[in-house]
Amino acid sequence: MTINRNLGLGLAFVALALLYALPALAPRAVVQDLFGILTLLVLAMNWNMLAGFAGLVSVGQQAFVGIGAYAMFAAIILLGLDPLVGVLIGGVAAAVFAVPMAFFAFRLNGAYFAIGTWVVADIARLGISQWKALGGGTGTSLPKGTAKEMAFVDQIKAMLDVSSAAAADALTYWLMLSLAVAMLVASYVFLRSRMGLGLQAIRDNENAARSVGVDPVRLKALVFLLCAFGTGLCGALAFIQITRVTPDAAFSVIDWTAFVIFITVIGGIGTLPGPIIGVVVFYALQRLLADYGTIYLIVLGCLGIAVMLFARRGLWGMFTDRTGIDLLPLGHRPPQGGRVTSPTRRTA
Amino acid sequence: MPILSLQSVSRSFGALKVTDDVSFDLEAGEALGIIGPNGAGKSTLFNLITGNIAPDTGRVLLDGRDVTRAPPMERVKAGIGRSFQIPQPFGGLSVYENLLVAARFGGGVSAADAPDFCMDILSRTGLGAVAAKPAGGLPLLQRKRLELARAMATKPRVILLDEIAGGLTDAECVELVGTIRAIHAEGTAIIWIEHVLHALNSVVERLMVLNFGRMLMIGQPDQVMASAEVREIYLGIEA
Repeated sequence: MTINRNLGLGLAFVALALLYALPALAPRAVVQDLFGILTLLVLAMNWNMLAGFAGLVSVGQQAFVGIGAYAMFAAIILLGLDPLVGVLIGGVAAAVFAVPMAFFAFRLNGAYFAIGTWVVADIARLGISQWKALGGGTGTSLPKGTAKEMAFVDQIKAMLDVSSAAAADALTYWLMLSLAVAMLVASYVFLRSRMGLGLQAIRDNENAARSVGVDPVRLKALVFLLCAFGTGLCGALAFIQITRVTPDAAFSVIDWTAFVIFITVIGGIGTLPGPIIGVVVFYALQRLLADYGTIYLIVLGCLGIAVMLFARRGLWGMFTDRTGIDLLPLGHRPPQGGRVTSPTRRTA
Repeated sequence: MPILSLQSVSRSFGALKVTDDVSFDLEAGEALGIIGPNGAGKSTLFNLITGNIAPDTGRVLLDGRDVTRAPPMERVKAGIGRSFQIPQPFGGLSVYENLLVAARFGGGVSAADAPDFCMDILSRTGLGAVAAKPAGGLPLLQRKRLELARAMATKPRVILLDEIAGGLTDAECVELVGTIRAIHAEGTAIIWIEHVLHALNSVVERLMVLNFGRMLMIGQPDQVMASAEVREIYLGIEA
């Protein structure tokens, strides 16, 4: 089993190295395509932390994508800052917005929480539509050439010997890839920590968790804020490449939440590799069914229902149950006769 | 100063007064038993002590400090540990991890000390062999033991045991009583709700009788058990 696990981790590292080398190897269209996939992956990882580990089934994650994107646009257009600084501001703005949102949404439970977050996200969309300086309801575009003037683009251009536009794509791609890796490592470290243990206890039995000293509201609020930050960063970065923002696109519940829920559920909710598997399946389906229009969404929906009925922990959960292989186990093994196993040292 | 003190605590659910003007003091290291018919308000009294339910009137003092409005997690850290009448394990976690949560949060045990601390409690409660098993799949006896072990892992100075001997065989019960005695011998105060009177009376120094939310009597176990009123209410024996 350990051999399988090391083999799995080894393959993962090779795949990761290939992904980092991609802009030097593949045409620009492939890099752009993968950027889109990575965007969905980061969003899915965030949603998985919320719904799969903290029990917070949010249908309002598009609020953080939208606010992240708009804050980034505001930083560039209104303040004249570098887009990369704008991305950071986008993440911070989303986290700041999450504070009042949590005060409202945390009064609700289960299905009401889901609807509540959706409503708040729509209020945010309507609110942003009133922002005349950023185009109101019709939105706005980044000033021409913004992406090409980003920090580091010139160096990348010289290094890869490509056009400025391709260098900008490579930069945003690397950042999104790094964000995905950071999300995975941070999730693993967090879930293996004391707080992660508390979170899993809350998921199993909130009342009993309280009775052994775990504060459910505090832990959930922390996860909610951190995921808002991650989702905001991701949204801001995604819209550097899209270059144009409208309230409907930035706050789209289908693009930024429904697809993301599908990916997480298919891949394995409440498991760390789940979103990665899910996003691969999602992308394959998208490719396969691209020419069939609406049928594509119908197939997605049916597949989602089938997985929910027959493999409740998704494809990765099924794989782990069948084979016993878990690449990123979150358990704490009891010490036995001096042989204390400490899987914490193994990070992905 | 008593470690725990209830002062005229009352609580109603609608028209039903489940706790009616209950007052008592618990000294450090003391063992107090609570008996009473079903529906007398015993578990509610525990919930008032742990903070899962707030009283309508009255005060709860811990070391003389008013904790009437403090949430459960704060009271756990201040030294009140509890076991639930119906076991509530963290089903997806292993037995060991169940204790680890309690030790790290409620007990304030450091990451370095926690593994040995938890394994020690597990072996004392006879759960050492199932430490790595998922808690959700345990049989009843082991679930009850896990309730006790998890409460112990929060490093309580007062431990509340809710019908922990119910449903066990005689042999299992004797073993459990042995464990509870050992906890008591270390100076942990105990409040124990139990219908298995011989087990209860072999441990506690005082016995309280609850009936319709009211404290009918409190005193030495043999005196309480000898009272005609208690025998009538609790045992259904005509005086």
